[in-house]
Amino acid sequence: MSLTQAGAVASATTVQAEDAPGGLTRDALRRMRRSPTAIIGLVLIVVFVLVAVFAPLLAPYDPTVQRLDLIRPGEYPGPSREFLLGLDQLGRDELSRIIYGARYSLLIGVVSLTLGASVGLLLGLVAGAFGGWVDSLVMRVVDIMLAVPGLLLAIGVAALLGPRLLSVMIAIAVVNVPIFARLLRGSMLAQRRSDYALAARSLGVTRRRVVLNHVFPNSLAPVIVQGTLALATAIIEAAGLAYLGLGSSDPAIPEWGRMLADTQSSLATSPLLALWPGLAIVFSVLGFYLLGEALREALDPKLRR
Amino acid sequence: MTAPVAAEAVPGHVLGAPRPLLEVRDLTVTFRARGRRDVKAVDGVSLDVPAGATVGVVGESGSGKSVTSLAAMGLLGRRGVDITGSVRFDGADLLTLPEEELRALRGRDIAMIFQDPMSSLNPVLTVGRQITEILERHRGLKGKAARDRAAELLESVGIGDAVRRLKSYPHQLSGGMRQRVMIAMALACEPRLLIADEPTTALDVTISAQILELLRSLVAGSQTALVLITHDLGVVAGLCDQVHVMYSGRIVESAPRRPLFADPQHPYTTGLLASVPRLDQPRGIPLLPIPGSPSDTLPWAQGCAFAPRCARQVPECLGAPPVLEPTPDTAAHLVRCVNPVTAPDVPEVAS
Repeated sequence: MSLTQAGAVASATTVQAEDAPGGLTRDALRRMRRSPTAIIGLVLIVVFVLVAVFAPLLAPYDPTVQRLDLIRPGEYPGPSREFLLGLDQLGRDELSRIIYGARYSLLIGVVSLTLGASVGLLLGLVAGAFGGWVDSLVMRVVDIMLAVPGLLLAIGVAALLGPRLLSVMIAIAVVNVPIFARLLRGSMLAQRRSDYALAARSLGVTRRRVVLNHVFPNSLAPVIVQGTLALATAIIEAAGLAYLGLGSSDPAIPEWGRMLADTQSSLATSPLLALWPGLAIVFSVLGFYLLGEALREALDPKLRR
Repeated sequence: MTAPVAAEAVPGHVLGAPRPLLEVRDLTVTFRARGRRDVKAVDGVSLDVPAGATVGVVGESGSGKSVTSLAAMGLLGRRGVDITGSVRFDGADLLTLPEEELRALRGRDIAMIFQDPMSSLNPVLTVGRQITEILERHRGLKGKAARDRAAELLESVGIGDAVRRLKSYPHQLSGGMRQRVMIAMALACEPRLLIADEPTTALDVTISAQILELLRSLVAGSQTALVLITHDLGVVAGLCDQVHVMYSGRIVESAPRRPLFADPQHPYTTGLLASVPRLDQPRGIPLLPIPGSPSDTLPWAQGCAFAPRCARQVPECLGAPPVLEPTPDTAAHLVRCVNPVTAPDVPEVAS
């Protein structure tokens, strides 16, 4: 189901919706187009992703170059025509660092989500498909992981793996594993009792196919929603870890959370330096939350006719 | 506990006839849940379905009709369910058959249609994919061959423009169309037995009539036996050779269609008939509902389960369970009642 196809069908108002070939995706997309929440969320995300991808073209300066000639301890030039957001404590252009920072936030978010969701979904699929003692075993492990608060778990894992970018990704992935496992398993349990699963079984479809072709795809809607929300959480957690000094130890990496942490010493003299990374975090997270919320509504079977 | 059942007559059984396609003997299904009383949803049901015949199973909600069919198909699951008795299909006992063989049988030799076509189709797969899945599983058909056959099946159940319809998703079809798709799926491998569990309950009256007519024509032209489970005597009247009336997990009356409608003997059957609106009587005559609800039953061990709701209750109804016996006139007409309704008591119903 492509976007253009959806657009074509939606614009041809004379065609009865019942008659047009298409799928649930189109149905969901059509609702999304009508939701201002989704539009705002999507715009924020698109801006965020474009900034991240085209950072080298957008950034006015190299984010690692220090203009030591322009700064003195405790006195950093604020916004000016030359440096739109001013210079940071080490004399680097703040705007360029914010722009490059989007790359790291996006990278950490996507990698940790992919990693965490794959492992979590695999566990959930196994638990939901086999049931019985396999289910009990997997779910008890998941319960234990969920008993530890997310950020605490991430701090523990990150501390264990050392201050590298990769350990931040793994730490956030670990936090996501139990969430996705439990979500998919619960959703599959509900779908397994559905009428179409019974109908498929009554026609001799094998257990494996009932699970993989019928139950699993129908269980994915809440997972997709959780995916967008998890991206938002991942960005916050990455910033949080970096703020606590558990991010990459390389000071050249412009990571929003770390930039925020670095402003502590100069908060009294240059409060604006704390504002910029803070705003960047807020708006990128807000984008994913809004989209997630709109998706949840669009995919909610209760709201579907 | 089950001693008297062995002596009972078997509904639908014809002496000296060739072996029936489906032989259900003394099927009992008990649901057990911790902390609650066991529920016997099906309590010693025996019945025969001859090859190619159309058999109706009638009763209100909770009478055990659906559970009977699900148990026979092995679709009830294992935990918390006790199934005893035997269900012989073409000689093989479905209750003891290994899961693998049972699965191969389902869809190929026995198929089922369910009540709600809205939820019985997978919403994320196209109709075509769901039909070809069955063909692939049982017939080994793949790719274009499977799609061609699927289109043929859709045509045969009266869906026009079948090739395009294969690409439709269930939510793009109306309820009647979806039920037609379900029928096409069930008949994909030309099964020898089709169990239709309230196939028209979720549909409106005109569509319901079309679906029944479709089922009738499809079954009439083939060797497929049809078991029609319904609460609607009107559905049965138009379609079935043999009718079994169930109440509280047991068959209470069983007869070929004509004797049943001409001479219903169990008070429950007459009650059902009296509660159906009729065209051949003047308007304004109120319908006679059966008093009480299916939950006002007596355990069969203590007498007739219908006794608490029955207008013809006599002291003999309580104590021992009534036995399913042939009526004096017709051997094929069985009734489980100590005080059956006799002909003059009932208004003329057959038509």
